[in-house]
Amino acid sequence: MSDLTRKTAVELRALLDAKEVSAVEVATAHLDRIAAVDGQVHAFLHVDREGALAAAKRVDAGEITGPLAGVPIAVKDVVTTKGIPTTAASKILEGWKPPYDATIVERLKKAGMPILGKTNMDEFAMGSSTEYSAYGPTNNPWDLGRIPGGSGGGSAAALAAYEAPLAIGTDTGGSIRQPGAVTGTVGAKPTYGGTSRYGLIAFSSSLDTPGPCARTVEDTALLHAAIAGHDPRDSTSIAQPVPDVVAAARLGLRGDLTGVKLGIVKEFTGEGSEPGVLAAFKESLEALVKLGAEVVEVSCPNFQYALPAYYLIAPSECSSNLARFDGVRYGLRAGDDGDRSLEEVMSLTREAGFGPEVKRRIIIGTYALSSGYYDAYYGQAQKVRTLITRDFEAAFEKVDVLVSPTTPFVAFPFGSRTSDPYQMYLADLFTIPTNLYGGPAISVPCGLSEGLPVGFQIMAPTMADDRMYRVAGALESAIGTFTPPAL
Amino acid sequence: MAAISREEVAHLARLSRLAVTEEELDRFAGQLDVILQSVARVGEVAAEDIPPTSHSVPLTNVYRDDVPQPSLTQDAALSGAPDAYEGRFRVPRILDEEE
Repeated sequence: MSDLTRKTAVELRALLDAKEVSAVEVATAHLDRIAAVDGQVHAFLHVDREGALAAAKRVDAGEITGPLAGVPIAVKDVVTTKGIPTTAASKILEGWKPPYDATIVERLKKAGMPILGKTNMDEFAMGSSTEYSAYGPTNNPWDLGRIPGGSGGGSAAALAAYEAPLAIGTDTGGSIRQPGAVTGTVGAKPTYGGTSRYGLIAFSSSLDTPGPCARTVEDTALLHAAIAGHDPRDSTSIAQPVPDVVAAARLGLRGDLTGVKLGIVKEFTGEGSEPGVLAAFKESLEALVKLGAEVVEVSCPNFQYALPAYYLIAPSECSSNLARFDGVRYGLRAGDDGDRSLEEVMSLTREAGFGPEVKRRIIIGTYALSSGYYDAYYGQAQKVRTLITRDFEAAFEKVDVLVSPTTPFVAFPFGSRTSDPYQMYLADLFTIPTNLYGGPAISVPCGLSEGLPVGFQIMAPTMADDRMYRVAGALESAIGTFTPPAL
Repeated sequence: MAAISREEVAHLARLSRLAVTEEELDRFAGQLDVILQSVARVGEVAAEDIPPTSHSVPLTNVYRDDVPQPSLTQDAALSGAPDAYEGRFRVPRILDEEE
């Protein structure tokens, strides 16, 4: 039954309900697929065969039921899993086994979802290609010589390679959506505060948002519903009911968008975007118009400052958050010869444990927060953040959602953007405004450019995650899904 | 003009507790200069009267009831420690010999 790996979560649940397959068979099929192809893809940093099979057995024994019970999942390695190695793709956490589960992992376990393993990423979620993983990059299943996006390239590639039907990602500046776009999969960043950050290894706490990844819109919505909702252990978690994203996705899949207003952002001129990306976006927009949607141009004049503001705010927060890696309580300790001071050991530990992009961002953040520069950099970036939020709020008075390409370019070849870090940052041009605002956004496959997938991004108002799922479902109903060449 | 000098990068690395190598200093100084010149664009925005946003969720303090709850055991808390001694984290010396 190796074709079980080609099924969606919805299809797998139907087979499980009909008792045509067991949860153990489903988990085994995916574990075998990982064993067969992950040597080429390298989506996983750790595979937990025993744990996944034990969870599947509990579902087969009838101990756990529910809409995703028995559907296996891959989890990004920045999310803590009790007793299962969690490294955030960094040498500084090599071999670390967390003593606790993240809230979203607890919810996956309660939902009866076998966790297949932990997926590769850019170190501490800083990057757009997985090339900054300390354990080597993940290869894009569409073309193994190209990046799978980042930071959550492992989760996206695991879906595209049929190693997992569902995956967890985290999105600070586009780390769910951009990998989704370049691997032809779906990825959603929920409203900030809509999903718990408890157990997420912190990068930029005011932006980090865990979210669902899948191959279809409905599967993404089901996973969204399984992990979202208030968590008292995360003080920024929103104590409101989760919008009904599953119903919205199903409504959208019926293919009717009558009365829905889609906003295109005047300031996203397309400059710097590949022609094939713009063409696929335009065709998708036309397809949505055929379903009854109306397209309105809106102006968001401060979006042009989103990238600079983000690359001050995120490094500033990271320089503070990553201070916890001090070689004392967990993780690596380097240079402790019994003679060196704590400070020397700390500096040697961090030097040995962090990769180049993490070091760059810590140094930039330290700079932006230092006295004399604080007002001009961090303080000013926070004001720009207010203006970007106002742009969104004004736009959402005129339209229901905003749409754009997810990323300006398709999957690029390895090594083509690592020498100039700012070129890598440009991958996040369209995804970052949403993170600064805090609203939800989703990337849906919308076509191919030179044989490589293009993503369509839908951004919605805060706590209106359901709106983007409706449009996403409608787009999928019009355009379909995309299958990479066989590995 | 460079936004940041090699000496400044060395100083920031010390503040950040990163024992960077000479080779890294050479590389980072140029790269950080490009990045800082790009992000300095935030300064173009007239935002004097604009309040800063630190966070997208409008919350001040979030309290919970002060009820004791189970926490990690001592063994679990020490399970990842690079060096532990009699139920505690063992650290390198924190004072100079002469102090």
